[in-house]
Amino acid sequence: MRSAVIIFPGSNCDRDMDVALKKFGFKNQMIWHNDMEIPKSDLIVLPGGFSYGDYLRCGSIAGKSKIIKSVLEFANSGGLVLGICNGFQILTETGLLPGVLLQNKYQKFICKNVHVKINDKENKYFKNIKKEVLELHIAHNEGNYFCSDDELKSLINNNQIAITYCNENGKEADRYNPNGALSNIAGIFNKNKNILGMMPHPERVIDKSLSSDDGNFFFENLIENLK
Amino acid sequence: MNEVNEHIAINHGLKKEEFSKICDLLKRTPNLTELGIFSAMWNEHCSYKSSRLHLKKLNTKGKKVIQGPGENAGVIDIEDDDAIVFKIESHNHPSFIEPYQGAATGVGGIMRDVFTMGARPIANLNSIHFGSPQHPKTKNLLRGVVKGIGGYGNCMGIPTVGGQTSFDDSYNGNILVNAMTLGLVNKNKIFYSKAAGVNKPVIYVGSKTGRDGIHGASMASAIFDDKIEEKKPTVQVGDPFTEKLLLEACLELMAGKSIISIQDMGAAGLTSSSIEMASKGNLGIELNLNKVPCREEKMTPYEIMLSESQERMLIVLENGKETEAKKIFDKWNLDFAVIGKTTKSKKIELFFDNNKVAEIPINILAENAPIYDRKWKKTKLPQKIKFNKDDFKKLKTTEVLKKILSLPNICSKEWIWQQYDHTVMGDTIQKPGSDSGVVRVHGTNKAVATSVDSSAVYCYAHPLTGGKQVVCESWRNLISCGSRPIAITNCLNFGNPEKEKNMGEFVECVEGINEASKFLDYPVVSGNVSFYNETKDKGIKPTPAIGGVGLIKDYKKMITMDLKKENNLILVVGKTEGHLDQSIFAINILNEKKGPPPEVNLFNEKNNGETVLKLMEEGLINSAHDVSLGGIITALSKMAIKGKKGFKLNKLKVLINKFDYYFGEDQGRYIIEIEGKNLSKVEKILKDNSVYYDDIGLVTKNEIIIDKEPILHIDDLIKSNMSWLKDYMDK
Repeated sequence: MRSAVIIFPGSNCDRDMDVALKKFGFKNQMIWHNDMEIPKSDLIVLPGGFSYGDYLRCGSIAGKSKIIKSVLEFANSGGLVLGICNGFQILTETGLLPGVLLQNKYQKFICKNVHVKINDKENKYFKNIKKEVLELHIAHNEGNYFCSDDELKSLINNNQIAITYCNENGKEADRYNPNGALSNIAGIFNKNKNILGMMPHPERVIDKSLSSDDGNFFFENLIENLK
Repeated sequence: MNEVNEHIAINHGLKKEEFSKICDLLKRTPNLTELGIFSAMWNEHCSYKSSRLHLKKLNTKGKKVIQGPGENAGVIDIEDDDAIVFKIESHNHPSFIEPYQGAATGVGGIMRDVFTMGARPIANLNSIHFGSPQHPKTKNLLRGVVKGIGGYGNCMGIPTVGGQTSFDDSYNGNILVNAMTLGLVNKNKIFYSKAAGVNKPVIYVGSKTGRDGIHGASMASAIFDDKIEEKKPTVQVGDPFTEKLLLEACLELMAGKSIISIQDMGAAGLTSSSIEMASKGNLGIELNLNKVPCREEKMTPYEIMLSESQERMLIVLENGKETEAKKIFDKWNLDFAVIGKTTKSKKIELFFDNNKVAEIPINILAENAPIYDRKWKKTKLPQKIKFNKDDFKKLKTTEVLKKILSLPNICSKEWIWQQYDHTVMGDTIQKPGSDSGVVRVHGTNKAVATSVDSSAVYCYAHPLTGGKQVVCESWRNLISCGSRPIAITNCLNFGNPEKEKNMGEFVECVEGINEASKFLDYPVVSGNVSFYNETKDKGIKPTPAIGGVGLIKDYKKMITMDLKKENNLILVVGKTEGHLDQSIFAINILNEKKGPPPEVNLFNEKNNGETVLKLMEEGLINSAHDVSLGGIITALSKMAIKGKKGFKLNKLKVLINKFDYYFGEDQGRYIIEIEGKNLSKVEKILKDNSVYYDDIGLVTKNEIIIDKEPILHIDDLIKSNMSWLKDYMDK
């Protein structure tokens, strides 16, 4: 399986994603934001970080960068696009995903482990995944997902809410929601479910020595589903 | 151009005698630009004029030392051609004036020092000290500093893996913000600041130069008065995004062979970077200031030379490599300008609008900078306090314990470090809130442990002992996680060196640091001095911060402090005499602030530490933690809180009072958790090495059982420990 990680100036989880993808068997390539074309890939990843310094608004400048046209084409033709953290913010800025990511409710950067529940398995990302509740890691200042009532309705009706914050048993409650996100949303799909944006970083939890190794479930399953 | 006179020189922070020395050396009166350059180079911050004599005595050599003090940062060998570049630096004055930018640019500056040497930063730490929580400024300063540190480090994508926060009245008017960075480099690809060769192009890269930070270094060399708010414009503004680009661009350029020397523009900007490179290479340097990329219009040579705009570097390139190098900086959208060349003249010569605007022999600025052998006063060891043990009878251990766990200086600092990205780069295997932060050496089985410590209370009571103690504590923190300590960096935060008492504190702390560093073979490889931490005649307590780095050869053998398993045994390694003077217990529970700090026995320190390492290498230890503030019971409680387990203490077998035993702060001690079946093996190793130990109890599921006192649940301790800072900041 081939993957491509886009590097924007200011991306800083690009290497971590590269390490993770390779660990689980992807042939990964790093693509510079000023390139126009993306080599043939089964998966494109927009990594975390502070693209273009996140000046103006998180992800907004990256959403207008040269490479994005190719990402849009790839996504619109059904290709898998995964946006993590800043990548999720970029996806909402390009309009590939609805809604916005506001500043965290308590106005602080938050770096910690969280649990998320997988809400929909009818997609390439989570089909057959062996665990329902994953312990992943978040590190962001703007992860407070928000959208209009209509958009939320549509997300619910189309099963586009991919993962939600919860406790280790899958129970949702305000106190397990780290950033104030609407309906505890940690990640969403587009309608076709080929595009996934999520705040948690699966690539930071892929090893027993790290704060969790539940990222393994995510990546192992993803590559299996792509085969 | 303005006529320069003594009055203008004094306004530049120079002393009358220093100005006449300048005139003598130059054999004329300097012009304003030249005076600016002198003031930048001769201030305390850049010249180390009060500290140099004493710093020279420091133990800086060792088998693992690749580069000691004198470069942008120190470098140590961690085997297999890998080396760690590290340093700690202060950004105290700017952070008090403008906490967000002050702290942010402190972090940015120290990272630049590290990647200037060719290393990719892999871990950040910080040591931050604030005034009393009741002081009206404390909350906002803390909030701003934490946001600034996070804002910069998080954006750069470097994990902040450790740190230290304290509160003390003496920082009411002078907070301390010390930032430390570790970088990883191949030991054959280290870059230095020494220029070599004549007629080599001098390149400016990074951000444009603006009017920010002019005289920043001079400000850091002055005491504060009522008008500090007016100094806001001297605080630099940070742009971590540009620094991230600069990091990547520099590392890309460094992968080739075009760099002769490289130096970041830190304190005193273009002035100190160009002079330092030339001075080390015994060369001259010629700069055309019209070529310097400027952010603002009509900047004068004086402003260009003294600006402390951030995210800039100066590089001496091989001839003919300009185009190749420029391509890289173009790719990263950074300014790149050839602004001058190296010369034979051994002078710094500046041109602007086709006029020569400054000409100063380099040796006058560097080697001839003033050195002061300041007068200093020895601090006498205070008399030991005779505590009235009858007072203890009213106290309950559990109640005292809960109170201590919730004290500002003991409580959990999670509110702070949760705002720092501590997991980016995917190699953090021990996060903040532990004895040390630990990061893996990417792609290997090795890991690097690092911590930062200071003990201002002890240093204030007796600087010599305090200096020794803080080095030992650093050493213990590294050992507690199973690493072998290699070397340290120090950030020496002191008051006004022109006062004999403050100067004495400095001299004796340095002596203490040196003594411990020698005995433990734990050399000082880099550091920084921050004097004049004084406002309206009130100086800070002497606060040397020690950043330590150690190596774990196989990270799977790393030890953590969380209690692991019910019924495991708990041992205290090292002898407990029950030293209460200057302890958290004495100060906060008994309100007794006098007395000497705990004595440091370097032999025991080393022997106990080495023996604990032996036990770890044998796989006999399940968890470990060093005993420091708050004594045995505080240390054990922190292990319990981390592991969400409880503990049961045996009836004491010692002859001293239980409060002495539980809360005494004797040095050289560790708490270790072991399995019952390993007890005899552990005892044998301890006895063979003549290490004293006590078997004090065992791990329970969740109950805290001490004597016949009411049983506590671990959640009670967690609550005591976790709430204070959160409530203080958010409620």
